Amino acid sequence: MSKIICRCEEITEDEIIEAIASGASTVNEIKKFSRANMGLCQGRTCRKAIERILSKETGQKLENIKPSSYRKPVRPIKLGLMK
Amino acid sequence: MNEYEVVIVGAGPAGLSAAIECAKAGAKVLVIDENNQPGGQLFKQIHKFFGSKEHKAGIRGIHIGEQLLKETEELSIEVWLDSEVCGMDQDKSIWITKQKEKSHCIQAKKIIIASGATENSIPFEGWTLPGVMGAGAAQTMMNCHRVLPGKRIMMIGSGNVGVIVSYQLLQAGAEVVGILEAAPVLGGYGVHTAKVRRAGVPFYTGYTVKQALGKEHVEAAEIVKLDSNWNTVQGSERIVEVDTICLAVGLTPLIELAWLSGCQFTYLDKMGGHVPIHNKYMETTVKGIYVAGDVSGIEEASTAMEEGRLAGISAAWSLGYYDNEKADMLINEEWRRLNLLRCGQFGLKRKMSKDEILIKWEEMQDANFKNNRSPFDGGTQAVNGISQSK
Repeated sequence: MSKIICRCEEITEDEIIEAIASGASTVNEIKKFSRANMGLCQGRTCRKAIERILSKETGQKLENIKPSSYRKPVRPIKLGLMK
Repeated sequence: MNEYEVVIVGAGPAGLSAAIECAKAGAKVLVIDENNQPGGQLFKQIHKFFGSKEHKAGIRGIHIGEQLLKETEELSIEVWLDSEVCGMDQDKSIWITKQKEKSHCIQAKKIIIASGATENSIPFEGWTLPGVMGAGAAQTMMNCHRVLPGKRIMMIGSGNVGVIVSYQLLQAGAEVVGILEAAPVLGGYGVHTAKVRRAGVPFYTGYTVKQALGKEHVEAAEIVKLDSNWNTVQGSERIVEVDTICLAVGLTPLIELAWLSGCQFTYLDKMGGHVPIHNKYMETTVKGIYVAGDVSGIEEASTAMEEGRLAGISAAWSLGYYDNEKADMLINEEWRRLNLLRCGQFGLKRKMSKDEILIKWEEMQDANFKNNRSPFDGGTQAVNGISQSK
């Protein structure tokens, strides 16, 4: 089995490569395609790994890869606190 | 809505130093931290610091932390603990949750983001097994919570974090079976590296971890040699019995809040990735939002404290607590101290990267001027440090 990259959503390296092969060209697109980076830690662990895979697969330089967007709340909180 | 003149996110070395400077100048300050005690990483740093006497060299991190807390108390600085900043906006409104139970909204005139960094990880087969952890996490377990993370440890990364944590693991009674370094040369300070080597820990340069083996928990690490192009050398694999694999493979600035508030960024590999562009007052491209410490580029606790002071002085100055002459004097003194820390084999490299950020700032000012756009949001302070609009 391909190794897990996003631990929160249990998304493997192969699934991320598949997302890129299907046309995802930014980390945000990979996120929307595969859910990688969308879990509890919001990419705090796998963000860089995904950026590296994208760089390797597409030839884009790491410095030109835009991080996936950050949104409020930046910490996991109860829904009741969002008012 | 509560109003504060300066809100500081993070009560680590940078945040507390910034708070102390702001409070000393007379500003109403609030410090927010997600942990249940202030001090950030200082309280797990049981080793002595480097640098010169004026930078507290020879003093252990924990004692520097105690000193900062004492000053914070003496100045009656308000500190919210167990409080997470969930969001902030360009208008400097801040959304905080306390004890994960209650939402608060506060308004700041100035914000200093001193949110620090997160540990990097490298994914490999089996890295999700219990027993694979960040070296910083292992250090927190052992030095703050008195729990030994494992008995036989493989350290990945020979930088300062790798060698310092290895030594502390030895002191705590664990066995460090090896320190792996993917690069052909070791990355840490000679003093720390030599200490670990003298204790008999082997270093493997040009090696990385291929996979973690084990059923319920790490039982072994398979390591492999890398060639000069970072490709694995077939047939060089070997299996080492360990119960813990610690990753000391760098840090990434925790930029999410700066991102949310609209700061502009530049990518610098040596600073840990994307860092908020800032000027020599530590002010970002959003006027009134400052950064200090690792969030502005990965360095050390000693530089974080100086940057914190610098940001604190600048914020107090822009609030009118210092006249230009006094501010100039204090800021120049901070820069003298910072430059003292950013020299030598390792420091100079950091200085060059930090300088790149300042150059980026000036380029942006120039570009905005040439394009005849409305003045760049964060650009009202003259870069030479003389005048400032209030």
